[in-house]
Amino acid sequence: MSQQAAGTAFAALIRRDFLLAYRRRAELLQPLVFLLVVVTLFPLGVGPSPQLLASIAPGVIWIAALLATVLSLDSLFRSDFDDGTLEQMVLSGQSLALISLARIVSHWLVAGLPIVLLSPLLALWMNLPDAGVLVLIKSLLIGTPVLSLIGAIGSALTVSLKRGGQLLSLLVFPLYVPLLILATSAVNSAIVGLPYSGQLGLILAGMIAALTLAPFATAAALKLSLS
Amino acid sequence: MLSISDLSFERYFERVFEPVSFNLTAGSLLLVTGPNGCGKTTLLRLLAGLLEPSEGSIDCQQQPLYAGHDPAIKDDLSVAENILFWMRFMGSRDSNSGPERLRRIIDKVGLSDVAQQQGRTLSAGQRKRCSLARLFFCNESLWLLDEPYANLDRDAIDMLDSVLKTHLDAGGVCVMTTHGSLRPEGFELQECRLHSGRHPYTGAGA
Repeated sequence: MSQQAAGTAFAALIRRDFLLAYRRRAELLQPLVFLLVVVTLFPLGVGPSPQLLASIAPGVIWIAALLATVLSLDSLFRSDFDDGTLEQMVLSGQSLALISLARIVSHWLVAGLPIVLLSPLLALWMNLPDAGVLVLIKSLLIGTPVLSLIGAIGSALTVSLKRGGQLLSLLVFPLYVPLLILATSAVNSAIVGLPYSGQLGLILAGMIAALTLAPFATAAALKLSLS
Repeated sequence: MLSISDLSFERYFERVFEPVSFNLTAGSLLLVTGPNGCGKTTLLRLLAGLLEPSEGSIDCQQQPLYAGHDPAIKDDLSVAENILFWMRFMGSRDSNSGPERLRRIIDKVGLSDVAQQQGRTLSAGQRKRCSLARLFFCNESLWLLDEPYANLDRDAIDMLDSVLKTHLDAGGVCVMTTHGSLRPEGFELQECRLHSGRHPYTGAGA
């Protein structure tokens, strides 16, 4: 398959995904509303003391972002699997890794990027100190692609199961733990004035590793699910 | 062009169908027949490469076009958007020739009236027509059609027969399954009757 054909297929898939996302706006908003609700509930639950909120803010925002992403992961391949689209894509002769990458990219653009854009608002709600806001946004910007990339592997593995959702969260949460630790530690370091570039660097390295490897793992998982 | 020998497939240590062999040359049509559940779809999925054979071999040079039971139609996209997506995705050479060609294909499958309707509103027959639109812009020379006549009305059957005829005349090959009642008419064809690998049902109390 020539490079040009691969590029055309990639673009066609992204275009379709955006159109589908637009038509299924409600489905798209659900994880974001969930994210907002979870973050809103924390001050009500633990008490509105500004100091307390500031100290738990990085963890709360990151955990809420993680949960919101996992909510949207199950649909990553489900509808294409159910209506036979995935089967046709596999047979089209296009590389399955490329197809997976296109799905992951569009998933991040419609599910990950909005979280990054909402994060300043969340930081304000949680009374996150100013020194931490920019680092929080940065950590989400390079961290949410990792959520989509690793999540895609789990989503592809569980797509053939009728109720793969619960299993999916069991599969991917342990893999998200290092990311959560690094990201919250970066924001906390920034708040107390310590260097944080080490943690961000590690997240970035993880993102690059996931970006190069996850599409192939996802493709292999999809093959397994289809046979 | 396509030759298979002693092909069989096991599911849960049980043969789905008895081994089959055939050899197809350019321009031939193979009709796979047999009762429900005898493994027709399994055979087609094996030929498409979606399943790995347990025994035997498949010698097939190119990527086939497989039209199965799942129509690959998005409920949230209109008929035109669905077809346009597949044209672009399959890298159809003249997908850039634009709306004119798309309109012609929709016309050919007889969906002009519902071209702007969402996929969810289509009837079973319209869905089938929509998924068969692929036959008009594909470049594959091997077609694997699973029950292509199911749900189609007389007009659509004639449409399918005519595109199939063009395909075979151009040296293409087609393998088609049917459970019996509807068969392609006016074609020279080979027939392969599948026998279920399971113990035949001999009736109650036998």
